[in-house]
Amino acid sequence: MTSTLRAETEQANEASPGQRRRHSPRNLLHLNWLGGLAAWLWLGVVIVPIYWIVVTSLKSQEVYFAENPLKPPTDITFDAYRLVLQSNFIQYFVNTVIVVVGAVIPVVFFSFMAAFAIIRGGARWHLRATNTLFLMGLAIPLQATIIPIYLVIIKLGLYDTLVAIVLPSIAFAIPLSVLVLSNFIRDVPNELFESMRVDGASEWATLRHLAFPLTRPALVTVAIYQGLTIWNGFLLPLVLTQDPGRRTLPLALWTFQGQYSVNVPAVLASVVLTTLPILVLYVVGRRQLLSGLTAGFGK
Amino acid sequence: MTALAPPAAARATAQSTRTGGRSGSVAWMALPALLIFFAFAVVPLAGVLFLSFTRWDGIGAIHAAGFQSWRSVLTNPGTLHALWVTFLITALSWAFQTPMSLLLGTFLAGHQRYRGVLAVFFFIPLLLSSAALAITYKALLDPNFGLGTGLGVSFLSQDWLGKGPLAVGVLVFVVSWQYIPFHSLLYQAGVRQIPVSLYEAAQIDGAGRLRQFFSITLPQLKYTFITSSTLMIVGSLTFFDIIFVLTAGGPADATRTLALDMYITGFQGNQMGPASAIAMILVLVGLVVAVLLQRLGGRDRSASQLEGM
Repeated sequence: MTSTLRAETEQANEASPGQRRRHSPRNLLHLNWLGGLAAWLWLGVVIVPIYWIVVTSLKSQEVYFAENPLKPPTDITFDAYRLVLQSNFIQYFVNTVIVVVGAVIPVVFFSFMAAFAIIRGGARWHLRATNTLFLMGLAIPLQATIIPIYLVIIKLGLYDTLVAIVLPSIAFAIPLSVLVLSNFIRDVPNELFESMRVDGASEWATLRHLAFPLTRPALVTVAIYQGLTIWNGFLLPLVLTQDPGRRTLPLALWTFQGQYSVNVPAVLASVVLTTLPILVLYVVGRRQLLSGLTAGFGK
Repeated sequence: MTALAPPAAARATAQSTRTGGRSGSVAWMALPALLIFFAFAVVPLAGVLFLSFTRWDGIGAIHAAGFQSWRSVLTNPGTLHALWVTFLITALSWAFQTPMSLLLGTFLAGHQRYRGVLAVFFFIPLLLSSAALAITYKALLDPNFGLGTGLGVSFLSQDWLGKGPLAVGVLVFVVSWQYIPFHSLLYQAGVRQIPVSLYEAAQIDGAGRLRQFFSITLPQLKYTFITSSTLMIVGSLTFFDIIFVLTAGGPADATRTLALDMYITGFQGNQMGPASAIAMILVLVGLVVAVLLQRLGGRDRSASQLEGM
């Protein structure tokens, strides 16, 4: 898996994946009609629900119950969006941003430092042990440890705070981030490290002025992947918070749906609004996001 | 995925020995990550085992209870049922996603001119949260106002979430809808790494397209297959969000997987002891599956895939 991951990250590093090979005689794959058929079919399967979400969110409740669900709305109304925005959506949005930013920055920073230490000092037994620990950590499922996490958070007096969501999010993001980043730092030519050392640079200076600039694409990749995972996180907010004022977006979606289950346009408007920020990110940096996803390997 | 650890760790070590291995001042840099990981992942993992031998309602004091939780969990037919449902959903979603992802991945690895347009929409499911997806499908599969009515296909107008087997099918579909793009990406990357010279050689030898696919593409994707399958299987063992929001385990217990069983027992039934025992089973099953899959891949995963070149 490590080797594949590495390839993935290397690909992330390229300005555009596949560019390098574009000129190779790969037209052998051109005639893959079965794959083509499957792709177009699946595209339909993907697009119909998405189309339906958007179209329905622009209808009024009466129209939704009266008309064909797939028919585009004749008179577009933003009532559904208005209702969602009036239901504290802004607050949930802010909460989610706080959680994501509050978790992603430490994740990237700490993981980068740890990856650097593991690569630069990996011969030492304690760093070797650290590396093994993180690798084994990949196998720990968040779902299975949620009860003790709940206990730890209570004991720390953090129950029902945003910090309660942030801390375990950081912990569970670290193993994969360290793995991706250390694969990346390993590829930095050793001569560069050596010349930094000869110049008398401290390890910290080496990290800042050599490793950081060279690893930036991987850092962005890790940040995007972990950001998306935490943005969409559901279990931690569900278990660790209670106060509606602390809800994050996915949890808010769920409670909103419970509250307005009959008002389908409003429920779908809330889906659109929670996905919109990520969609903007997707449009702006599709390549980065997709390579981030594969480098991250999903859950 | 524990089984992945040794080769990679060994590699890291070999590398840094080469770089000299002197490291007076770097070790501290690993400390912040280590501390927080320890406190919120390692300690909780040990905590699951510990709590499975206690009695706790989630609020009050924790009492030692010996094997009481384990006895109740292991004798409860619900546990076996949950294990079965988990297995069913895992197996079905693997069996559906793998061929689709393989097919789509190989297709996307080519460069048709319209591929870019296709890809833009293709990956949107990856952006939606499981919660958003679940509530969307809940409404979309409504027998009266959902997709069935929209397309005029009466087959689609069933009470999808009201009947056990149908609900399982829906879950498998929704999960596939979300993750097929991701696994296609993995296969796409895998196909792109196959050396073109292999195809050229095959073409010279007169191998047809189908033959090339089965003799070159498939064997060369062995590691991608193992990686993708491991992620799929270990991932679906712990599906929670999507099932919780879409069916909440119902109808009856038809979609009550282990993860859900744990949550319901612990946080709704206030029996943290038995819930921890279920969580422990979840950890063990995941571990066994991951190890088995790695065995399947053979020992040396970092070995070149270019053998015979």
